[in-house]
Amino acid sequence: MAKNTIIPFGPQHPVLPEPIQLRLVLDEERVVSAIPVVGYVHRGLEKLAEQKDFLQDTYLIERICGICSFIHSLTYSMGIESMMGLTPPPRAQYLRVIWSELHRMHSHLLAVGLLADAFGFENLFMQLWRTREHIMDAMEATTGARVMLGTCCPGGVRKDIDPELLKFILTTLVTVEKEMDEQMPVLLNDYSVKQRLCGVGILDKQTAYERGAVGPTARASGIAMDLRTHGYAAYGELAVEPMVETDGDCYARTKVRVRELYQSISIIRKAIGQIPAGPINVPFKTKPDGEVIMRAEQPRGEVLYYLKGNGSDMLERLRVRTPTFANIPPVLAMLAGCELADVGVIVISIDPCISCTER
Amino acid sequence: MINNVENITVDNLLDKVASKLPLGFRFVTMTCVDCGEHFDILYHFDKNYELTNFRLGLKKGEPLPSISGLIFAALVVENEIQDLFGIKVNGLALDYEGRFLLTETAPERPLCRVPGVMIVEAGKPAEAAEVK
Repeated sequence: MAKNTIIPFGPQHPVLPEPIQLRLVLDEERVVSAIPVVGYVHRGLEKLAEQKDFLQDTYLIERICGICSFIHSLTYSMGIESMMGLTPPPRAQYLRVIWSELHRMHSHLLAVGLLADAFGFENLFMQLWRTREHIMDAMEATTGARVMLGTCCPGGVRKDIDPELLKFILTTLVTVEKEMDEQMPVLLNDYSVKQRLCGVGILDKQTAYERGAVGPTARASGIAMDLRTHGYAAYGELAVEPMVETDGDCYARTKVRVRELYQSISIIRKAIGQIPAGPINVPFKTKPDGEVIMRAEQPRGEVLYYLKGNGSDMLERLRVRTPTFANIPPVLAMLAGCELADVGVIVISIDPCISCTER
Repeated sequence: MINNVENITVDNLLDKVASKLPLGFRFVTMTCVDCGEHFDILYHFDKNYELTNFRLGLKKGEPLPSISGLIFAALVVENEIQDLFGIKVNGLALDYEGRFLLTETAPERPLCRVPGVMIVEAGKPAEAAEVK
């Protein structure tokens, strides 16, 4: 009987953008099982949130993730609004959608770029990240920041986007779409890319559901689940459909993200076309009280916030379940039985965010 | 303000969780809240975008049975709760023994914050602990 070998994959590994270790149990070159080891970037943000007031927490929450920061503050703000009985004005809801989708686009471009880098296609990686810069420019132009936008707050948003800047976003989207039209056929149709992605890291629908997969990881396995279809912010007026693939492999996860990139362009255009005039926030004097659970769709999938207030400035408990946290058990199922050479691509295919996971 | 909450006990926890699975519920996560004399452990399940929750009141010092034998995905959050609240979770499919998120030098059970349960700085005796 062959003897199994255990090798540490990470936390420092060329393919990993953030530190996580996978202890791989190998039979020759084949992975038998994987044990995740985390804790390299745990910052205790849930504890810190209990020591700041609920308005300061809005800024703290954004710093959970350096990629999908806006949607963290959006979900948190929706939770606070639910506790205080606030309804943000319609214009604020549309602005929230626009910034959320810009975040989804830059996150997905980052993810597919990193994937290209993981399988050795450095030129494609650089092209995709160059396109991502246009999105970053649009966020900087509209908020003054590239990632930590700081615009979402309980009651609405802090900053409006004037008509000139809305036009700038539309112009940017034309450029991004044109560049994506050139890049995505390479990403999806190139022979060598398909050799690395098709049939690799398969997660079937049943396992994905049982292991609690979320986001593109779940949708690539045939689960039509996207919280935007539930209609939070202004999504209910923008007819969002989940992008679903059924093969459950690395290629399907990539294809879902590519389709969602085009979907985000369409959502932003629709939102800019429909955005109503009016105020961008509602004043309030109350304090959060009671318990609430709020969920939203981040680029990597469902994020869940549990908030408990006691009528004071400080929250008693703030808990965040991020999408990568939910996608750890599914990725262990993907790795079982794969080749050692495919581990990096499989891990990157779920677009892991370890800082989110550990908070 | 949380809808669909059913109170359960340690004794019927596993039966209640098992009853959700054939009905097509997806395990979302668990939440632990320090309520002073006890912990509230919430189990969140989703079906068709609607959350259903179990609330388990756990006395401080009592162990929590793991549901990871029924739902493998729960082992991640159960290990996190074991780290951050110092709750012993029995029967974990993979037990990190309090070192899932926290390192040897991190404060122990940092999310316990009520009098009687102390944050113990690593390497210091319990008497020197700061009560929060």
